[in-house]
Amino acid sequence: MKHFLDITRETCPMTFVKVKLRLAKMEAGEQLEVLLNEGEPLENVPRSCEEQGYKVLSIEPTDNDQHMLLIQK
Amino acid sequence: MSKAAVVEKKKISIVCFSGEFDKMLAAYTIATGAAATNREVTMFFTFWGLNALKKERGRKSMGKDFLSRMFNWLMGGRNNLPLSRLNFGGASPKLMGGMMRKNNVAQLDELMEAASELGIRYFACEMSMHILGISKDDLIDDVQSVVGVATFLNESEDAHIIFI
Repeated sequence: MKHFLDITRETCPMTFVKVKLRLAKMEAGEQLEVLLNEGEPLENVPRSCEEQGYKVLSIEPTDNDQHMLLIQK
Repeated sequence: MSKAAVVEKKKISIVCFSGEFDKMLAAYTIATGAAATNREVTMFFTFWGLNALKKERGRKSMGKDFLSRMFNWLMGGRNNLPLSRLNFGGASPKLMGGMMRKNNVAQLDELMEAASELGIRYFACEMSMHILGISKDDLIDDVQSVVGVATFLNESEDAHIIFI
């Protein structure tokens, strides 16, 4: 099952904190799509996911300087 | 979960002493950031830091004797945390709260809620609670236990200790 989280209105540390909390509620093998801004979120979120053993499948830029991250638990 | 090397979790212990609004935000930013990046986090609240943990968020005189009741009333709870500088009689924390809201920065309540969800451990200092006449029932439920410095140091073995 694929989940979605929009963190474009969050600031550090709630960016990767919210991603971590959402991932914690998911089952192994499920995927999470995260919409995030450039800068701190793009720097911290993929890294914090990988540090916890989750797989970052892709990072795609979107139209308005945002990025869509796909993470697998 | 993908295969990842099993690494022992890094530990971090944060001593919350000052009980100041801005410093409490810094403490919780570090704490939640650390917990969200696979570190084990312990927070040890002592002296003025205890004010942020009181169930009673406003001013209430607690304690058994006149001096402790006066101190508790003067210090207040989470709603009265002063700014570490330019406090302007308590106006600044409110102004700062407004600035944070405008910039979508998490308020202290949101950070504390995230800290609970992330499983951050809370310890309260027995000595300062004793002096200030505060009991465990006066503090929020997240507080696991009231301990002394020896327990804190044992729990912080191999941890980075930060004093805020």
